Amino acid sequence: MPEANIVLKNCGVIDPARLDSYLAEGGFEALEKASGAMTPAEVVAEVKASGLRGRGGAGFPVGLKWGFTRQAPAEIKYVICNADEGEVGTFKDRYILEGDPFGLIEAMAIAGYAVGAGRGFIYLRAEYHFLKDKLAGAITQAKEKGLLGGFEIEIYEGAGAYVCGEEMALMESLEGKRGEVRYKPPFPPSRGLWGQPTVINNVETLMSIPRIIKNGAGWFTAIGTEKSKGSKVFSVSGDVGKPGVYELEMGSPLRELVEDLAQAQDTKAVQMGGATGRLLPGAMLDTSLDFENVLGAGSVIVYNSSRDMVDIVHRNLEFLAEESCGKCAPCREGTQLMVVVFKRILAGKAKERDIEFLKELATTMSLTSLCGLGQAAPSTLLDSLSHFEDAYRARMKDIAGAVT
Amino acid sequence: MNMTAKIREIGKQGRGREELLAVLREARESYGCLTPEVIVELAAGLDLPVGEVYGVATFYSFLSTRPKGRNNIRICKSIPCFLKDSQIIIDTVAEAIDIQPGETTADNRFSFELTNCIGACDKAPAMMVNHRVYGGLTPAEIARILAEHK
Ligand SMILES: Cc1cc2nc3c(=O)[nH]c(=O)nc-3n(C[C@H](O)[C@H](O)[C@H](O)COP(=O)(O)O)c2cc1C
Ligand code: FES
Repeated sequence: MPEANIVLKNCGVIDPARLDSYLAEGGFEALEKASGAMTPAEVVAEVKASGLRGRGGAGFPVGLKWGFTRQAPAEIKYVICNADEGEVGTFKDRYILEGDPFGLIEAMAIAGYAVGAGRGFIYLRAEYHFLKDKLAGAITQAKEKGLLGGFEIEIYEGAGAYVCGEEMALMESLEGKRGEVRYKPPFPPSRGLWGQPTVINNVETLMSIPRIIKNGAGWFTAIGTEKSKGSKVFSVSGDVGKPGVYELEMGSPLRELVEDLAQAQDTKAVQMGGATGRLLPGAMLDTSLDFENVLGAGSVIVYNSSRDMVDIVHRNLEFLAEESCGKCAPCREGTQLMVVVFKRILAGKAKERDIEFLKELATTMSLTSLCGLGQAAPSTLLDSLSHFEDAYRARMKDIAGAVT
Repeated sequence: MNMTAKIREIGKQGRGREELLAVLREARESYGCLTPEVIVELAAGLDLPVGEVYGVATFYSFLSTRPKGRNNIRICKSIPCFLKDSQIIIDTVAEAIDIQPGETTADNRFSFELTNCIGACDKAPAMMVNHRVYGGLTPAEIARILAEHK
């Protein structure tokens, strides 16, 4: 399948500092169509019909989320764009924000119209501070031209915390608090920011919206697979010749992404979806990239045959232990415990029962953690145990040898 | 308007919580670090409990309750950068300014820390000095980059 060109259509084509260059590419025609020729309910129906699902990791149907928010009885509602992009190995949102800020603004305004929100926020991670003025400039230009029709967009800067990408922690942070996860339900469409109904979507998710409105849901559903419509943008890094951002139609084979486009060779494993994602052995490169199989937020880290998977998993676990927000015990204590046991494995002091303990701990964390961080924290560990058990055995045997 | 006046204004309007992160970020940049004295003063100005301000100040990695130098170096230690030999960059910086991660130089010119993924993995190994991102680092470039920051 060829590279797709939906979300990244304007990146590298328009001048991100100039509104007129965006307008020349048909910019703001979708917002005009939505607010001029469609009712808010029709916009929501169109997004529902498109089958668009969230690109921030969880894949929740966007139309459904917008529909709940639209129906929630409240005077004040909000739209939030999640530009926290903290997942290890992701930089696609940065690329989009740099290349097509107007597209995001247009999409947020469409979302605002559809759900009845007058105010929107872009939650920008602190590390992307260098994008803030460019984004603010784009908002000002669109506003001065009267294109936003009274919809207000503000940029809110984070202060360095991975967990703030989680929607509930993000809202806590936006309210000026510690970025700790909230209990769900209630979900954001009924009670979100400052207790008001809120739509929160990832940068990339929103970027498909203007295209869907302009070209119709039917155009969008023709792209991709049965349950995964449209395209996906991937951030590819690690042992590849050409790291970078690539957009592919949903359902494309992983091999095409890592070998043909990013030019990986001698691939031992691919980590999909970052620290809480999946670890696929090289033998699974024909897996297709879609929600039915493996996707995550589009972080693709490639490992060649020189890499030690035990070491890689250890680094993943250390990351999660540092970034756990600490609110729930299974995640706070569990991530720390996994690191402790891993240190034993690395030191060659682990016994069979340590592996059993890790598996049991993984189950407990998956079942009882409050948010996706703790629930999915053990996933690279479990995958490595099923695909690279030899690497663990080797560590344990070494030590046995050393003792005698 | 100076900072104290601005903070009092925010407090009076009851927007203390909403603006807390921005105020803490600004205070950290102008005072270098959020000492207990600074936190108590901010809490009073913003009309918020001291505990709450302290709690927020300690949650985020860009805020700091320990003294920092004029320039803050943060080298990425996450996996994609690790695969591109970030350790060599870490060692080169440590040697160049003669401190270890977590420390500040005696002349207060640099603080040095390791950080998780900064979203520049396509340019690994990467680091930030203050708000600026540097990618595709080689040990040879470190001296030039450090010289940019007085
Ligand atoms: C620990 C954690 C970190 C997350 N980080 C991000 C992030 O950086 N960006 C993002 O868009 N979604 C992130 N999410 C997912 C959000 O909670 C939420 O599902 C998303 O913003 C919804 O938007 P979408 O439906 O458009 O994907 C994270 C989730 C978890 C559990
Ligand atoms: S891993 Fe270093 S910038 Fe992403």
